[in-house]
Amino acid sequence: MTITERQQLSYIAAQAADARVNLEIETEGMTLNIGPQHPATHGTLRIVAKLDGEQVVAADPVMGYMHRGYEKLAEVRTYPQVTTLINRIDWLGSFANEVPFILAAERLMEVEAPPRAQWIRTILFELSRIANITLFLGDMAVQVGAITPVFFAFRDREHVLNQIEAATGGRFHPNFDRIGGLKDDLPAGWIAETRRAMRKIRNFCDEIEELVEGNEIFQARTRGIGVIPPDVGLSYGLSGANIRASGVDWDVRRDSPCGLVHDQVDWKVWTHPDGDSFARFWVRLQETREATKIVDQLLDGIPSGPIMAKVPVIIKVPAGEAYVETENPLGVMGYYVVSKGDLNPFRVKIRSASFSNVSITPWLLKGVYVPDIITILGSLYFILGDIDR
Amino acid sequence: MIALLAELSYWQITSIRLAAGLVAVLLVAGTLVYAHLFKMVSFMQSRLGPMEAGPYGSLQLLAEIGKFLQKEDIVPRRADRFVFKAAPFVVLTSTFLLLVVLPGGPDAWFITNDLGIYLAMAVSSVSVIGILMAGWGSASKYSLLGGLRATGQLIAYELPLLLAVVGVVIQAETMNLQEIVLAQANGEIFGWGLIGNPFILTQFAGFAIFMIAMQAELTQTPFDMPVAESELVTGYMTEYSGLRFLLFFIGEFATAGVFSAIAAVLFLGGWYVPGLDPTDNLFNVLGPLVLFGKVVVLTFVVFWVRFTFPRFREDQLQRLAWKFLVPLALANIVVTGVLKVVV
Repeated sequence: MTITERQQLSYIAAQAADARVNLEIETEGMTLNIGPQHPATHGTLRIVAKLDGEQVVAADPVMGYMHRGYEKLAEVRTYPQVTTLINRIDWLGSFANEVPFILAAERLMEVEAPPRAQWIRTILFELSRIANITLFLGDMAVQVGAITPVFFAFRDREHVLNQIEAATGGRFHPNFDRIGGLKDDLPAGWIAETRRAMRKIRNFCDEIEELVEGNEIFQARTRGIGVIPPDVGLSYGLSGANIRASGVDWDVRRDSPCGLVHDQVDWKVWTHPDGDSFARFWVRLQETREATKIVDQLLDGIPSGPIMAKVPVIIKVPAGEAYVETENPLGVMGYYVVSKGDLNPFRVKIRSASFSNVSITPWLLKGVYVPDIITILGSLYFILGDIDR
Repeated sequence: MIALLAELSYWQITSIRLAAGLVAVLLVAGTLVYAHLFKMVSFMQSRLGPMEAGPYGSLQLLAEIGKFLQKEDIVPRRADRFVFKAAPFVVLTSTFLLLVVLPGGPDAWFITNDLGIYLAMAVSSVSVIGILMAGWGSASKYSLLGGLRATGQLIAYELPLLLAVVGVVIQAETMNLQEIVLAQANGEIFGWGLIGNPFILTQFAGFAIFMIAMQAELTQTPFDMPVAESELVTGYMTEYSGLRFLLFFIGEFATAGVFSAIAAVLFLGGWYVPGLDPTDNLFNVLGPLVLFGKVVVLTFVVFWVRFTFPRFREDQLQRLAWKFLVPLALANIVVTGVLKVVV
């Protein structure tokens, strides 16, 4: 069934259900609350789904159950303290959250991290991407009913988390990035150990490819489900693997690099023409592989030198505005930082990827079956902390 | 054996049978939970499973039962109390009734009935009513969806299950499960009778259909849409707690054991081992153990599949049943019938 046909049918179903409810004859549609406490929502997203039998007539995501007010809290923190907060936005790839904020602050202060710091920053950035997406690859299988892959995901993510911990001291919330560089240099033996971890992740990707991606049932459950045409995806502000799976060749790491050294290595942006749940899974799987390659190449050529630029002890950021966005594990993440020359930012606006990615759900869930809600939500891949900052 | 039983009075025989039935259901269910759910799956998922309670966690199940018994038996306020409370017992009853016709040895049976397999297939449908009761009585939308899905699925897969059995019945010329075992023990495959004729060799298509349909009847992955934990929490079991949840839990594994036992009787020669005289009194002791061994092998396959595959969507599994399994089972019957007449 083509997209337009599907949309048309769902529109007819919606009209029919509304007519039934209005006339108060026959059966009424059923309203099903998925969440806020539900095993499939990775936290507290609530989806109010109006059902006609097992078909969804309308679905509304209700956000805000985990809103923590980070944008406001950032206004009363000094710049180095803000990273502690923003670590908790996308808690599976914490280090990647710090990077765009630090880059924005650096741009305002007109300092640049030394090359060594930039390379290590990029390595940790990609490691947190791997740690994040590895879990997605296992979790997606859970969403369609296979339990085992997620255990493999947790097992192999551990290798990456160990490396992040060895370098930064924190498994989940490294709080490692500083304005002008990094907190510490890498420990001894870290590079060889990280190479080993990357090999394990590549093995994991092969395993997932055989166990999940090649499975007929998985393909039957995901192919053609939740198709996002490129223009619709762009108009809803989708980013990251979600939009690349619709065939849009857009990756901030390649197209507008700032402060990270992705342009120094040889890698590829993967896209998929289909735009369905399977494509989103496939693109993420390829991206994990690609990220291990990026890390491997970066490990080869870490330049020597200091890891910290000359930055005053008490950081006062000159007045001005800066917006920096990076390609985070979940999609494009940007910080708009306004400074009035104080110790703390005047205003921080966080553009998080999941918020935009979830906003497409009312459009996308119309006319699908209840099991497909979970598949589609799983394939869109959001982190609740990333929706409700 | 028969002589010994004949001297006992009715209540003594009934007590023995009751005890044997309880052992046959609970021991099998317990073994499956420990060996497959706790250990095999743990090893598949690169973890150890329970290790603390008893050697290698072998007493973990007792700890779990103790935990469930202590929990409050919660009934939702708007639930239909009687229906809600009765549902797990209906499901478990169906499991016990299934066991009645299973032979464990030449004389080790509960009842021997010329309509044995027919009775088994009939009572296996009773669990559908229990599941529908649970889904409807819970006054929860998740439970209702789960219960309705289960009903649709179980009815759809009853048919291929039954049709797969018909091939065996044609070949054995009887519906009595005891005689089906004997037919396999004394059978020949085109004149070659060294290992008898376990019907898996001649009814391989029927065996495959039976195993697939059985997987669906047990609502195990890839057919676990009714309990789909990532979307319906746990389907019709969502609102249950404490003892009643435990009953569902035991029922799930006991039914897996009993269905596997039926499959073993129909296709793997039941309690019989090739090379021995099937009328030997030894089989009254050895038979149940042999059957149990075959059950463990078959349930291993069931749980292996369960923890490897993702699940079908409702429409996909209905399509599989009606468009693929039923025609294949019918073709199997035709081929079996023709060969029966010709050979």
